[in-house]
Amino acid sequence: MAAPMTNDQSCFFALALGVSFLKCLLINAYHSTDFEVHRNWLALTHSLPVPQWYYEATSEWTLDYPPLFAWFEYGLSHIAWFFDKEMLVVQNLNYASPATILFQRLSVIVADVVFFYAVKECCKCLREDKGKDLLGKPSFILTVLLLWNFGLLIVDHIHFQYNGFLFGVLLLSIARHFQNRHFEGALLFSVLFNLKHIYLYIAPAYGIYLLRCFCFTQSNADGSLQWRSFSVVRLVTLGTIVLSTFAVSFGPFIALGQLPQVLSRLFPFKRGLCHAYWAPNIWALYNIADKAFSILGVKFKLLDINKLPKASMTGGLVQEFQHSVLPSVSPLATLVCTLLSILPALFRIWHRPNGARGFLRCLVICALGSFMFGWHVHEKAILMAILPLSRLLYTVRSVQKNSQQLPIKIFLMLLFTIFSLTSLKTLFRKGGALLNPLEATYLLGLIPLELICEFVYPLTVWQKTFPFLPLMLTSVYCALGVTYAFIRLYISLLTCSDNTKKIKTQ
Amino acid sequence: MENWSLISLCVLLGLTSRWAVSFHSYSGAGKPPIFGDYEAQRHWQEVTYNLPVHEWYFNNTNNDLNYWGLDYPPLTAYHSLVCAYVAKLLNPEWVELHASRGYESHSHKLFMRATVLFTDILIYIPAVLLYCFYFCDGSSKQKVATALCILLYPGLILIDYGHFQYNSVSLGLALWGTLGLGLGWDLFGCLAFTLTLNYKQMELYHSLPFFCYLLGKCIKQGLTGRGFFHLVKISMTVLVTFALCWMPFLSDPKQPLQVLHRLFPVGRGLFEDKVANTWCSLNYISSYHVCETHLIIAGGHSGIIMLPLLLKDGLLLPYVVTSLAFLFLSLYLLSALERSTEEELRLGLYRKHTQHWLPKLNLSRIIKWKFWFSLVAMAALSFTSVWLKPPAKLPDLFPVLVSVLSFLHFLGFIIYFNQVQLMEPQRKKSLKKTN
Repeated sequence: MAAPMTNDQSCFFALALGVSFLKCLLINAYHSTDFEVHRNWLALTHSLPVPQWYYEATSEWTLDYPPLFAWFEYGLSHIAWFFDKEMLVVQNLNYASPATILFQRLSVIVADVVFFYAVKECCKCLREDKGKDLLGKPSFILTVLLLWNFGLLIVDHIHFQYNGFLFGVLLLSIARHFQNRHFEGALLFSVLFNLKHIYLYIAPAYGIYLLRCFCFTQSNADGSLQWRSFSVVRLVTLGTIVLSTFAVSFGPFIALGQLPQVLSRLFPFKRGLCHAYWAPNIWALYNIADKAFSILGVKFKLLDINKLPKASMTGGLVQEFQHSVLPSVSPLATLVCTLLSILPALFRIWHRPNGARGFLRCLVICALGSFMFGWHVHEKAILMAILPLSRLLYTVRSVQKNSQQLPIKIFLMLLFTIFSLTSLKTLFRKGGALLNPLEATYLLGLIPLELICEFVYPLTVWQKTFPFLPLMLTSVYCALGVTYAFIRLYISLLTCSDNTKKIKTQ
Repeated sequence: MENWSLISLCVLLGLTSRWAVSFHSYSGAGKPPIFGDYEAQRHWQEVTYNLPVHEWYFNNTNNDLNYWGLDYPPLTAYHSLVCAYVAKLLNPEWVELHASRGYESHSHKLFMRATVLFTDILIYIPAVLLYCFYFCDGSSKQKVATALCILLYPGLILIDYGHFQYNSVSLGLALWGTLGLGLGWDLFGCLAFTLTLNYKQMELYHSLPFFCYLLGKCIKQGLTGRGFFHLVKISMTVLVTFALCWMPFLSDPKQPLQVLHRLFPVGRGLFEDKVANTWCSLNYISSYHVCETHLIIAGGHSGIIMLPLLLKDGLLLPYVVTSLAFLFLSLYLLSALERSTEEELRLGLYRKHTQHWLPKLNLSRIIKWKFWFSLVAMAALSFTSVWLKPPAKLPDLFPVLVSVLSFLHFLGFIIYFNQVQLMEPQRKKSLKKTN
């Protein structure tokens, strides 16, 4: 069927088409408040003039992405007009007609084409042994792990977001760096940052890498820096690319004098240390430790229960709170911790770059570091670390539980897990066992954890008094795994030699 | 990649698509006072749980047979009873006598969908996997590919997880029956097939091949010796199974007669809301020892016949997606069109006969053209059924066109399959496998 395609190409097409069909079937699945967020943005970019975009507050879901994303929504809104004009009325809060749902879901599915293209480009960068069985080829495995990534499927096509599209831009940028097309890579990253500013986290990796490996055109024989090879031309070109992207994006708002307002929307520090549902990062462990100490302290009469702050950390509202025993954490403290966590990685690629591969590792560490130590991290941010290296971290959970979606989540997770384990085992056959006993036990431990949280706990008495306990347990358990992965990844980055050895994944 | 992981991936893909289709609407959703098949199944749970057995098939004040009266054999009733017990544990309102009529809620829908998934996993899916591994040709990867295509067959998914029925039980049991016969476990095969007959009377369509095959086998073994003994064992299995299933109804002669009256309502019209046609389509899939190419050509076209029904249930999106996915996947994985040489379509003998008068006939090219033509016709009919209004004088134009097109296809398939069956030299291969 179709034009003559190579085996690989037709396989890629089949995988892409297959996952698109699945996404279409999920059109009527549950969607979260993010659906309303994007509908609101469609409405306000369509109905209101540009100067009002960052001031509009009829809906609680104000525009908090950079201007390029607003322009993206503006473009989409013109197509939305043909589906259902009512969704573009700002006052129609929580409007969700079938046509609206269809349009929004289709927009995510179609935008994923960028992701497909990017994955294809990434596969081109992989070294392949010819004549290998299709199912054992690295490009096939990577394609499946990325295109059928269950975390991305659940967050984008059930919960509702545009992460596939954004990750497509990121992966394309990474691919371009692997292909030594650095100007394009830099341009793509600037565009990405102006679409979603959360990618600020990995900007240091880009900055250091481009400066070290691109602006300094040569290294000495031992890999150290050759100061004389600095190319001003390249630096200036890169700077121009980045600045012009920012000019296109923020320019109109700077001209209107709205920059402070835009920035306050983009960086809302009034929110609490932890999201309502704890991201499994270091602060989850910190909170748990604090809670444990306060309980023990009260029990052993070291602390007076009346003097402890009453605010609940596991409450459903996003709010600021105080820790009882351990020192409270401020946004500045988290920033310092994040920077400290990624500095060693940045130093490493400065001194011993190891090419694009080292850049990729550093990028993942930056993403993970900011996830680990960041302020008000949403658990979805883990995707930023997972996707660049297709790691298998089971920390993605939808924010709201919905039993109808549960079988889908389980099936997709099992699908992804079985595929990852068996294909990665095939790939790394020569390196010994894929997981050491501790890692295997930890991953297996997820099964009883999941069973307890989803099935056993709701039947117990504590469901009513401590409804968030299962989520807290899951966050803490996953935080341990993420921390472990972070440390292992760091070790492998700092100790890896220049020969291209693929690191083992967890 | 190892076999077990490939199989697990296929099963998980099958389960994912099934559950994803289940998000959509069901038959009669939000349409009082009659509703649809979903309400029928719920009502049967209500009736079997609250009423004594001897009242299930009879009309009285507690059991209005005009409102979705039981019209499947006893095994369906027992299945409904088991589901009703579970329903009662979760929420008694779901099976409250009279009060639960037309009950619709999100959690109830979840429960009902879960019962379908449960029986699917228990009965149908293992049968499909065993069938593919024991009876299909090719490498293990090809067998897995075939299993995937069968599991993603849209007709079954749409009817069971969309419209709402338990065809996976009856088809699964029938498939177990076929497996039993193929593997030489005749008694097991008989048991399975008798059970499926007692689940849905439509399986009578399959009973003739079963009967003829078994009778032929007994005759071959010699009706005076081993063959006769075998025949007796088979008959006893069938009779005992029937007796066990119908036991509660055997105390009073009026009971089995009433049940039969409900199962075979000669008073009704020939065409019961086009659902009867779905059985035709499903039949062709499982009736014969066919794999791959034959499967796709028959299976792909059977989706269209259910289109009017699916449109009524609000299942257009799952219909389009699952049909396209199935067609594409089967063409891609099973490279059906490349395998449409005369040899592979087993039309060699046919070709020999027609060579005299039609020497230039290129059968494989004709088959390919026919396939694409019918695909286009299907797509066109689907499009017109959804988006165009029929002329005022012919309001049922599109459903009728769908039926005519499908009838022509099925007529063609009957002729084709019969030719294959009759003209083929005896397949000693499958017998060797079992012995």
